[in-house]
Amino acid sequence: MASLTIRSIRKNYGSVEVLKGIDLEAKTGEFIALVGPSGCGKSTLLAMIAGLETITAGEIWIGDRMVNSVAPKDRDIAMVFQSYALYPTMTVRENMAFGMESRGVPKDQQKAAIARVASLLQIEQLLHRKPGQLSGGQRQRVAMGRALVRDPSLFLFDEPLSNLDAKLRVDMRTEIKKLHNRVGKTTIYVTHDQVEAMTLASRIAVMHQGAVQQFDEPEVIYNRPSNMFVAGFMGSPSMNFISAEIVSANGRPAVSFPLGGGQVATLPLHTGVADRTGLRKVILGIRPEHLSRQSPEMNGRAGMATMSAPVEVVEPTGAETMAVLKFGESEVVGRFSPDEAPKMGENMPLAVDMTRACLFDPETQRLI
Amino acid sequence: MADMVLGATKAHDREAARASRRHLLARIVIYSLLALFSIVYVVPLLVVFFNAFRSNAEISAMGLISLPQSFNLGAWPQAWSDFCIGGQCDGVARYFWNSVGMVVPATIISTALGAINGYVLSKWRFPGSEIVFGCMLLGVFMPGQIALLPWAYLLGQVGLANSVYGLILVHCIQGLSFTTLFFRNYYVGIPDDLIKAARIDGAGFWRIFFRIMVPLSPPIIIVTVIWQFTGIWNEYLFGVVLNSGSNQPITAALVALSMSGTSVRTYDVMSAAVLIAALPPLLVYFFGGKYFVRGLTQGAIK
Repeated sequence: MASLTIRSIRKNYGSVEVLKGIDLEAKTGEFIALVGPSGCGKSTLLAMIAGLETITAGEIWIGDRMVNSVAPKDRDIAMVFQSYALYPTMTVRENMAFGMESRGVPKDQQKAAIARVASLLQIEQLLHRKPGQLSGGQRQRVAMGRALVRDPSLFLFDEPLSNLDAKLRVDMRTEIKKLHNRVGKTTIYVTHDQVEAMTLASRIAVMHQGAVQQFDEPEVIYNRPSNMFVAGFMGSPSMNFISAEIVSANGRPAVSFPLGGGQVATLPLHTGVADRTGLRKVILGIRPEHLSRQSPEMNGRAGMATMSAPVEVVEPTGAETMAVLKFGESEVVGRFSPDEAPKMGENMPLAVDMTRACLFDPETQRLI
Repeated sequence: MADMVLGATKAHDREAARASRRHLLARIVIYSLLALFSIVYVVPLLVVFFNAFRSNAEISAMGLISLPQSFNLGAWPQAWSDFCIGGQCDGVARYFWNSVGMVVPATIISTALGAINGYVLSKWRFPGSEIVFGCMLLGVFMPGQIALLPWAYLLGQVGLANSVYGLILVHCIQGLSFTTLFFRNYYVGIPDDLIKAARIDGAGFWRIFFRIMVPLSPPIIIVTVIWQFTGIWNEYLFGVVLNSGSNQPITAALVALSMSGTSVRTYDVMSAAVLIAALPPLLVYFFGGKYFVRGLTQGAIK
């Protein structure tokens, strides 16, 4: 068991800068998710932690050891690949034994370790099979088993669930979480799926264009995204962005934006952010679930602002109903419970939870 | 109304009948052509095969190409151990074993080296590895006769002139381009993640090669072995130029056989000798041919 510290890591391929100075830290036993769109450099970073890619500049520490020039096999890590990378000619048992065999672990210890992990992952009945005879979910389990069996100090996952179908992915996500709770290994988990990152990680690093945009706990990432990229990437449907102006309404700061037809929506701001900015123009960020139908109870809550907007599209999913609303020129997605769901063409009376709203600087796109 | 429907059906029937006649005609043409070409390929083999069992007197009387009238095994032992070639009267046996002694080690060594080369050039790329591969590929297209003089010189220098070992060396090196190409292209299809996983698992260069790459290689090993075996066995130019006398492989000896002896042409013995020389590649084809095709069309990982 060990912590991981990454200090101003850079990676260049020729003149292309893939990673532009990454700083990260995983405490012992922590589950860190690296999340970002494809091409953001997250897999490259993972490969550098594993020692499969060279480091252009910066330092990687596992525990109290700088591993920049340490070979992958000597870093005391285990990795689960997107493709699983199971050795096709070996049985599951041989796959799991391979790493121990390479390290000269005595046979009886190998046997004991395989038995322990196989029962942990419930793959005992698969031990004599070859990877070709396994289903996707079983391969996934075996790949995790192979990583677990050596009892490494650091676990690396490279998009381990993206080759599974939707239902299995959710099941395996839960499995991985259970597993981490049980073995408590320091884990670095690369994914492009923000739901996986939110559900699994103790802290999330959101990456974009070779840089960490924000590195924090999931709730903070979700509720106080540091910039518009993080705000838009995390959450589905993503946060709505509305260009607005800061005005004064009844002596209190508010945001105002046109609704079309000469009407203007004015929503009082809950927090004192407006005073801090000194800006006139801002981007208002509202998550879909922070819109709800007006009701006496809703309107009575602190920080609720009211307005109404026409409904363009209604998309019921069963558990909840998405609706596209027209805020002037811009389209805004709302997430409603089915009993308060709007109807097509309705001019829906809305309660907006301004306590959860975010304001961004339109120039820097940073959270105010 | 009913008439119209009936008429339409009849029209359809006529159409269908025409189509089936056209189909039949096309089949007849295709199979006739195939049969014709099979005959063109198989007749020379048949002629040699028949003549190996006809007596020489019969061949002289009836001509080289005709159906056998008698069955006669006498030519075979003569060809194997008695016939005079280049002044030595002990048949093709010695040359046959020369060829075996050349083809087996040369095939094994060139295949093994090709596998290692292919492994390095696909999984352990280094700056300039593509250039190295390009140069090796050149060898695939370079005619062997270009290398004749350099080889003669080199073998003389290292003391392997006119020896089977010299030919082993020549065929190992000459074959390396092909074997490297085969293995490199096959190994490119094996996912790099396997190598990465093995590296993290603590395996080094050779352990990855022997435990992961080689077990995945039987299809391409079969292809390469068949290719090298038949290619080296049938090779004639190096055998006849670099070696002489009793050190020649059987392909070179066959030529000496046809030019030696008396004015009487012993077609029966020659035919038997030719068949003896052709037997190993034919056997390889009969037993390995289907694996050859399978190995060429099959990818590394299903």
